[in-house]
Amino acid sequence: MANVLAFAETRGAELRKVALEAVTAARQLADATGGGEVHALLMGAPGIASHAAALGAHGADVVLVVEHPGLALYSPEVAAATAAERTRSGGYRAAIFSASARGKDLAPRVAAKLGVSMASDVTSLEPNGDAIVVRHPTYTGKIIATLRLTGTPAIITVRPGAVPPAPNARAGRVGRVAPALDPAAARVVPKELVQGNTAKLDLGEAPVIVSGGRGLKAPENFRLVEELAAAFGNAAVGATRAVTDDGWRPHSDQIGQTGRLVSPDLYIACGISGAIQHLAGMRTSKTIVAINKDKDAPIFKIADYGIVGDVLEVLPVLTEAVKKAKQNG
Amino acid sequence: MKIAVCIKRVADMETRFKIASDGVSVDETGLKFDIGDFDGYAAEVALQLNEKEGKGEIVAISVGPDVVQETLRKAMSMGIDRAVQLKADKVPVDGLAIARALAAELKDGGYDLILFGRMAVDSANQTVGPMTAELLGLPCVTAASKLEIANGRGTARRELEGAAEILEFPLPAVVTIDEGIARPRYPSLKGIMAAKKKPLEVKPAQLGEPHLTVTAMALPPERTGGRIIGEGPAAVPELVRLLQTEAKVL
Ligand SMILES: Cc1cc2nc3c(=O)[nH]c(=O)nc-3n(C[C@H](O)[C@H](O)[C@H](O)COP(=O)(O)OP(=O)(O)OC[C@H]3O[C@@H](n4cnc5c(N)ncnc54)[C@H](O)[C@@H]3O)c2cc1C
Ligand SMILES: Nc1ncnc2c1ncn2[C@@H]1O[C@H](COP(=O)(O)O)[C@@H](O)[C@H]1O
Repeated sequence: MANVLAFAETRGAELRKVALEAVTAARQLADATGGGEVHALLMGAPGIASHAAALGAHGADVVLVVEHPGLALYSPEVAAATAAERTRSGGYRAAIFSASARGKDLAPRVAAKLGVSMASDVTSLEPNGDAIVVRHPTYTGKIIATLRLTGTPAIITVRPGAVPPAPNARAGRVGRVAPALDPAAARVVPKELVQGNTAKLDLGEAPVIVSGGRGLKAPENFRLVEELAAAFGNAAVGATRAVTDDGWRPHSDQIGQTGRLVSPDLYIACGISGAIQHLAGMRTSKTIVAINKDKDAPIFKIADYGIVGDVLEVLPVLTEAVKKAKQNG
Repeated sequence: MKIAVCIKRVADMETRFKIASDGVSVDETGLKFDIGDFDGYAAEVALQLNEKEGKGEIVAISVGPDVVQETLRKAMSMGIDRAVQLKADKVPVDGLAIARALAAELKDGGYDLILFGRMAVDSANQTVGPMTAELLGLPCVTAASKLEIANGRGTARRELEGAAEILEFPLPAVVTIDEGIARPRYPSLKGIMAAKKKPLEVKPAQLGEPHLTVTAMALPPERTGGRIIGEGPAAVPELVRLLQTEAKVL
């Protein structure tokens, strides 16, 4: 039986969905090792403790709250020092983070502070004797490696979306923890959080993604992509690097090796050629639709359903059809 | 400024990979290798910083077998001054082992800035940079998509999911470089000639014991794609039908 720590990622005053995923993964690991406790580490400005209930509802027995006025912005050094100190003193079998931008920054710092190795961006994890065995997509997703991680604590980042949040009510007792480093003493100083459009559904959380590439011809034609997304109601808009590089869309919309890794139920690629760097970010989507005027475009090789045609002509018709289907369904 | 750039030799990703007969590595026959994409951006950032400042020294470091010398020569042909190979029979998958070897070499080097790629495109781990920073006790910003250095301090921007953040830090520091900062330059003929004579030191890598090992590799399940259902707007009704009845996503 072993206790597992989960890092509960926040942004500003918000709890992120990946925090619930980390708690869920930690719960699975604790249960698989005989039913230890899950402790969630929740850090932020005073008031952040209000998220303890959500963490308890997803399997946290204890929520360790670190509140400090100096933590309104995420401080990598305070987070790393506190997470490492907590992991050390708590005697955990493992510490689970999301493989989000945040978690990928934080987890390796914690591992190195503790002098232990870590596994990154895993899509599955399970204990096996004195090791934890994980799966990790490598080589731009073209190879799935199975890896054995030994040493305690095991530090692991879990790919967003790979372990969906599962309700599993536990006590979620709140415990208070002081930051292991005074935020005023940190050398790396967070200056600003540049918020994107918060009204938008996040790419990592949307069940449907409508994504556009250079085949849309002009930035204003992204309106057609947005209208199709709006017709679905639960869709986010993505883009290729070709169009984020040209400033048609913000960098944060980019899907692929150097953008977001997504795995929605439905991915609609509009005017996208299907370069491997793009595929690396979306090939695990459950259903893929491609609309491209070139019947030999590589995207068709991985698409479940392809339409050969001009995306500017197909999109408005598809949007109307989806609207109608939604009304009738 | 004295800048170090840590470079991994990685396979060109535009290929269909085969798993080697040992079952735990990629078959390297016929593969092309080069500087990792993000490491190339890091090298370019180092070159531009020193061009702006006028003088300084840039050192490229790579952990691996002798074939990495070719990669280090390429870095020097871009304008990097000298290189160090930390020799190992093979590159471990455990990021901490690589970080230990790099930290041992970097420790007393007197570097103002130590640059990494955001990630190695083969391992896709994104751990070696921040681990090395911790082992050295240096401030660190990861995945910088913008970087400015002035008066011994740095300012960096990092992209988050749907947001971004700005951080400031003192030098010496470790920064890992995301795309978007700089496109790596192509080596000039003169650069290629000069690189042949630049110093390349070889030292044993102090990797320590690895705690992360590959036990199996598999190709992902092939998508059974390739089904073209029709042409132009006329194909929309069939698509909607399939999304409703077969894929059940509408
Ligand atoms: C290190 C590195 C990292 C990268 N990371 C990423 C990444 O994270 N994400 C990413 O997306 N890319 C990435 N790239 C870039 C990638 O290689 C491709 O260049 C990019 O994905 C191409 O974008 P695209 O499909 O929009 O454009 P193109 O490749 O130009 O394709 C446009 C497509 O639109 C079709 N088309 C044109 N007109 C129409 C029309 N009227 N109707 C229908 N179809 C039409 C064309 O047939 C073509 O297939 C990376 C590259 C490198 C080197
Ligand atoms: N064998 C190596 N030699 C030198 N630098 C490396 C090596 N492996 C990784 N790195 C550096 O660490 C970064 C991140 O690698 P990774 O943590 O494996 O994704 C790379 O972009 C390189 O800058």
